[in-house]
Amino acid sequence: MIRLQDITVAYGPRVILNHINLDIHDGETLGILGASGSGKSTILRLIIGLQKPSGGHIFIDGQDITDFTEDEMDQVRLHMGMVFQYSALFDSMSVGENVAFGLRQHRKLPEEEIRNIVREKLHLVGLDHAEDMMPNDLSGGMKKRVSLARAIALEPRVILYDEPTAGLDPLRSMDINRLIVTTQRQLHTTSVIVTHDMESAFFVADRLAYLEDGVFRLIADKDTFRDSPDEHIQRFIHGGLMRQDGRYAP
Amino acid sequence: MQGLLERVGSFTLHIFEKVGVLSLLFLETLRQMPKIQRKLTIAQMAHLGVNSLPIVSLTLLFAGMVMTLQIVDILLRYGAQSTLGGIMSVAMGRELGPILTGVVVAGRVGAAMTAELGTMKVTEQIDALRCMAVNPVAYLVVPRFAACVTMVPLLAFYGYIIGTAGGYAVAILSAGLTHFTYMNSIEMFTDVSDVVYGLIKAMFFGGIIALVACHEGMTAKSGAEGVGQATTRSVVTSIIFIFICNYLLSIILY
Repeated sequence: MIRLQDITVAYGPRVILNHINLDIHDGETLGILGASGSGKSTILRLIIGLQKPSGGHIFIDGQDITDFTEDEMDQVRLHMGMVFQYSALFDSMSVGENVAFGLRQHRKLPEEEIRNIVREKLHLVGLDHAEDMMPNDLSGGMKKRVSLARAIALEPRVILYDEPTAGLDPLRSMDINRLIVTTQRQLHTTSVIVTHDMESAFFVADRLAYLEDGVFRLIADKDTFRDSPDEHIQRFIHGGLMRQDGRYAP
Repeated sequence: MQGLLERVGSFTLHIFEKVGVLSLLFLETLRQMPKIQRKLTIAQMAHLGVNSLPIVSLTLLFAGMVMTLQIVDILLRYGAQSTLGGIMSVAMGRELGPILTGVVVAGRVGAAMTAELGTMKVTEQIDALRCMAVNPVAYLVVPRFAACVTMVPLLAFYGYIIGTAGGYAVAILSAGLTHFTYMNSIEMFTDVSDVVYGLIKAMFFGGIIALVACHEGMTAKSGAEGVGQATTRSVVTSIIFIFICNYLLSIILY
């Protein structure tokens, strides 16, 4: 289980996260929602140790990782994968080399076995033909899939998705959503998805957490979330479209 | 006057701040050295060494030729032309070989390193490395540092030969010196330490270029403009530190 306890992140006088608490249970898919710049991605960066909080504690499986050194954090990261908003593929390497990167760095496997794993992961994301392509030759959706294939190559227990459908058309977005669900089912991972794409959030997540002004306004399962009477949440869900009776349209 | 003093003070503080962060990066690089990846280091050596040969050749050849042109008249006037080979050899070995190689490599290779790492930084590739439990210093800095401290001295030695040969060509063709006079002078006046100390200097310059270039790249600010500024800063800072280091090493070594 991942626990964020009383976490604060501030840049000088600007407070991004203000004493937030969050539990992410094993095997669940949690969607973190909020406006752009609300600090959603910061939560992912805290969990994977790319950033330290200004205050509070982060626990992973009961272990306080807040003050871990980079070397200690690397041991934790071996069980995590991250899909970046802009994919962050290594542009000097082919798709196959990107997916194989973690395996080559951390597993002493024969080259043939690494190739088989790469093909298996690329097959899982529907990119069997792309092994020798370079990242610059891929579309946005393909890059996200390769990023996911790379993230799952080491079979992590936790996958963090930063805006996985941002910048994609509705069809490609749904492909990615299905892929997230498939991956979660096949690998039984804990997934945390940061998004402001409501369709994506309701499709993939078990629970949703809404972040506003540095605090979680609501953390609930998706049905409770959808039916929340909170106007801020309804406005966020429906993009501010108000009906004649003053309620936000479903 | 006050403005000038402020600028000098600010520049001095900036230099000390850079020395601090580069020292920390140097220590971390040494700590990560056991994780060195041979394949990456050899690739960097090839990129840095082999690909720099043309520009180092051109720079040192012309530097040697021009220097001979400038001093041969004076030496002829005093009948001291028999010392020309020695002067060229000592100057190239102690100073011009290492310093010109350092400046050329800082401009060519240092700038490329910063641009590459800066692009990796702004496209989150360095974050991706960390997320995959790969230490960016071990993966990115160590091979570049090792390649620079190995290849810059080799390039400087090559530059020493090319520069001295450039001087030889002008001495023979333009000033009418004989092969024996030039070579005998080199043999008489040049000590092995002149060249070896020059190579030690070049090794330091290589380390400076790698550390500055990697630091500037890994701390580049977002966007193409940020990478551009980091690249410019990298070349300027490397050259400033090479000059300062050259002076300090000259005091210590000679």
